Amino acid sequence: MDRPLDQHKTSQQVKPSWRDTVNGFARRVPTWPVYILYMLPVPWLLWQAQTGGLGREPIQALEHELGEIALQLMIFSLVITPVRRHAGINLLKFRRMFGLLAFIYVTLHLLVWLVLDVGILSQIWNDILKRPYITIGMLGFVLMIPLAVTSNNWSVRRLGPAWRKLHRLTYAAVLLGGLHFIMVQKVWEAEPLIYMGAILLLLSLRLPLKRRKPTA
Amino acid sequence: MAFRWKNRLTDNDVTDEAVYLNRRQLMGAAAAGLGLAAAGNRAAAAEDLEPNSWEDITEYNNFYEFGTDKGDPKRYAHALTIDPWSVKIDGMVDNPGDYAFEDIMKAMTIEERLYRFRCVEAWSMVIPWNGFELADMLNMAGVQSGARYVRFETLYRPEEMHGQKATWIDWPYIEGLRLDEAMHPLTIMATGIYGRDIPKQNGAPLRLVVPWKYGFKSIKSIVRITLTDEQPVNTWQQLQPREYGFYSNVNPEVDHPRWTQATERVIGGGLFSPRIPTLMFNGYEEEVASMYAGMDLTKFY
Repeated sequence: MDRPLDQHKTSQQVKPSWRDTVNGFARRVPTWPVYILYMLPVPWLLWQAQTGGLGREPIQALEHELGEIALQLMIFSLVITPVRRHAGINLLKFRRMFGLLAFIYVTLHLLVWLVLDVGILSQIWNDILKRPYITIGMLGFVLMIPLAVTSNNWSVRRLGPAWRKLHRLTYAAVLLGGLHFIMVQKVWEAEPLIYMGAILLLLSLRLPLKRRKPTA
Repeated sequence: MAFRWKNRLTDNDVTDEAVYLNRRQLMGAAAAGLGLAAAGNRAAAAEDLEPNSWEDITEYNNFYEFGTDKGDPKRYAHALTIDPWSVKIDGMVDNPGDYAFEDIMKAMTIEERLYRFRCVEAWSMVIPWNGFELADMLNMAGVQSGARYVRFETLYRPEEMHGQKATWIDWPYIEGLRLDEAMHPLTIMATGIYGRDIPKQNGAPLRLVVPWKYGFKSIKSIVRITLTDEQPVNTWQQLQPREYGFYSNVNPEVDHPRWTQATERVIGGGLFSPRIPTLMFNGYEEEVASMYAGMDLTKFY
């Protein structure tokens, strides 16, 4: 209160940019409420499925909803790095959250398929081996397991540079997820292609740009 | 000739609240079915089937003319005008021409058929259709001796069927049957469900029902029937020849390339509805298998 005014002068003169506002806000918001918020669709969808909100065949509807949310979350986790690099917005603290939420939703998607949709052990095994879109989806899920297991500070410290290498598996997993979505459809449909387009764009932003030497 | 086929499906469960419409019609079918079961009919005795609710049947539809979501037909089919309606019967027939729907109904005998309905997507229902045998309608037009196939066409009217604005399907929707399949007593033209006029989303005012084939063969809202000596190319065969064939007989042993056809889910059971085994020719093997004797069903899928 009684600090001399001139100490504040410089900061008062420079108006904070919208970037600083966003970054400041992101710094202040803890991740746990976002986790809770993002888990709310699960009870909501289950309630909808039981009360007819998902139509006359709720099992596949539930399966598809969970899968789509998982893919969206995977895409969000890919957005964080380019947004920081190219727009100067730092949302890094949310990247792990999106990745873990994606893993939770993929797991639920898989559980609905295993337990409610198919439910017959021999058929599950046959499907995984014989149906390319299921093989691809399963592979994507398997790749996500080590990512989820190492999504904690201890693993980051422990693995060091190897952690970054390991987590490049994200790129493979999200590509497999996008492909799985395209292959589930009867014919070429716009929605899965839009998802795949976003995935390819976000991955292409990560390609190392080769500097060309000017030709003499 | 009507009433050439008697039902084997039973309706032996206690009254389902959803089965509130036209109970009397079903009673007849149930009585006939139970009689056969008592006589030792293997299929009927083993079955514990009841018709799906009106809501199941009319709110979960594949009718891409109104959109690809299962709820789209119910949502958008109200825009369709079904009066006046006529069916053009042409090709190798003695009496080609446009047949007004009312005239067809006057000439035909409507009966109840409680059939299983199995979609190629591995779900199923049991539907109490009302309709007449397609054979009666074809005989009315007079099938000529050289005819070997029947080609069917759905209405094309994109201003009322907004799904037809999508360009990935070469509208109108086309289906086809071999002549012996078309003349089979199980093959009907349905004009009602639960004794009511068939709703628009289910293919009003008249649609084909071929219960031993996957649902997409049972073409809806028909405006043209052509007798021909050439095997028609049906819409799904044209779209994905590797996945959908001309015959499309329900067959648990021939899988769809992307999923098994060995099991199916009965619609209406909610979140915990289990899969049940799919029956050869959808349970109508006794009646129809002879038509495919000697054919390699993995090749003619």
